[in-house]
Amino acid sequence: MSNIPDDLSYTKEHEWVAGLDDGLTVTVGVTAFAAESLGDVVFVQLPEVGSTVEAGDSVGEVESTKSVNEIYTPVGGEIVEVNQVVVDDPSLVNSDPYGDGWMFRVRVEGEAEDVLSAEEYKALTSGES
Amino acid sequence: MSRPTPLRDVHESLGAMLTDFAGWLMPLRYGSESAEHNAVRQAAGLFDLSHMGEIFLTGPQAGEALDYALVGHLSALAPGRARYTMIVNERGGVLDDLIVYRLGDEEFMVVANASNYEKVGNELKERSKAYDVVVEDRSDQYALIAVQGPRAQEILATLTDADLDGLKYYAGLPGVVDGRQALIARTGYTGEDGFELFVANQDAVPLWHALMAAGEPHGLKPAGLSARDTLRLEAGMPLYGNELGVGLTPFDAGLGKVVKFDKPGDFVGRSALEAVKDDTPRRRLVGLVARGRRVPRHGYPVTKDGAVVGEVTSGAPSQTLGKPIAMAYVDAGVESGLAVDIRGSQEPMDLVELPFYRRNK
Repeated sequence: MSNIPDDLSYTKEHEWVAGLDDGLTVTVGVTAFAAESLGDVVFVQLPEVGSTVEAGDSVGEVESTKSVNEIYTPVGGEIVEVNQVVVDDPSLVNSDPYGDGWMFRVRVEGEAEDVLSAEEYKALTSGES
Repeated sequence: MSRPTPLRDVHESLGAMLTDFAGWLMPLRYGSESAEHNAVRQAAGLFDLSHMGEIFLTGPQAGEALDYALVGHLSALAPGRARYTMIVNERGGVLDDLIVYRLGDEEFMVVANASNYEKVGNELKERSKAYDVVVEDRSDQYALIAVQGPRAQEILATLTDADLDGLKYYAGLPGVVDGRQALIARTGYTGEDGFELFVANQDAVPLWHALMAAGEPHGLKPAGLSARDTLRLEAGMPLYGNELGVGLTPFDAGLGKVVKFDKPGDFVGRSALEAVKDDTPRRRLVGLVARGRRVPRHGYPVTKDGAVVGEVTSGAPSQTLGKPIAMAYVDAGVESGLAVDIRGSQEPMDLVELPFYRRNK
């Protein structure tokens, strides 16, 4: 069973979102479930700092030995920070997906896409695993 | 519904991620595929390859039947030896690549790919009709377990009295491993020394456990299809459906030397292959090494100055080289200035000769 922290929000595309409650800036990463499904991550591409994105946009990609997956942003706004550490060491997506493996931060403008609670995400992934 | 191998429960107990492959439920990886890959390069890996097909030809004309049915000269094979060969259609298109073991004067075993063995079995039956031979597909009766890597011999030697020192590369002999009858073959698909053990289905689970117990102190790890694919790619070995297919002849694939025109008699595909054997193929199979970190994958276009000059057949990050690598068919004469179109971005590649990796002997 993958680690699914209770204090985060989730998307159906297997991103996690932190900080939705304060409504200012959120942090986005990919879930442990996604990292386990992908296998060893070898490449991460992130959006440009300063770029404006809309909720649901594909803003980057995560590449593993066997597959490529797009990263979507669950919220629109300005990309204010990206995690260069995970670009330099993509294995952090596997080893620390909710910590040093975070992806990017968005200053929120407008509404978030439908996000899931931890309970809802657990239900979603138990059906897929 | 995918067919499980006799080792399915073992894979599940090891926490394997299972995947459908050619109609079989197979372990993709148990943990980190990179760690499995490295274990095979540095120590040893244990693979379940029970999805492969085993077709037996038995009878006084078994060798002659294979000479007619395949591109190789199998009747010349000494008992106990094996050959890499192919079966082609009348037009010379590759139906499958095969390893043929001569088990005795009148007995051969043809090992075919999981996706092709029914087709191969049917073709062999059809092509053998005029010969005094019985063709029998026994794929359902056999499991195949491979132990591959520099420590493979040490590990296997703890479980068998068979003369492993005397067993050459591409040779196979019947033996007893951990008290069970097996065909012990020194073959593999990883670029390492290693053994493939053909056993009856009911012996697969106990043999697996015995090999794991013997091998773990030597660093042996169970390894899945993901590691098998990156290992064979580094070793420059073709995969049917990627580097080989019915639209290509053995010459197109750079493997024309498997076609033995000097054997006696006709064989299926002879006239078509004789007509093209001296042609310069339009494209050749080469290796590409990425300068960046994005991975060229099967089907991606190879470009030069924006023009498409080839296509990637297999690609993956290489543990051994530390860079993404690929095999690709590239227009003859084009060697420099290459890129692969990776989802719209032209990623520069260096062309190298295959294989990417060769073990120290």
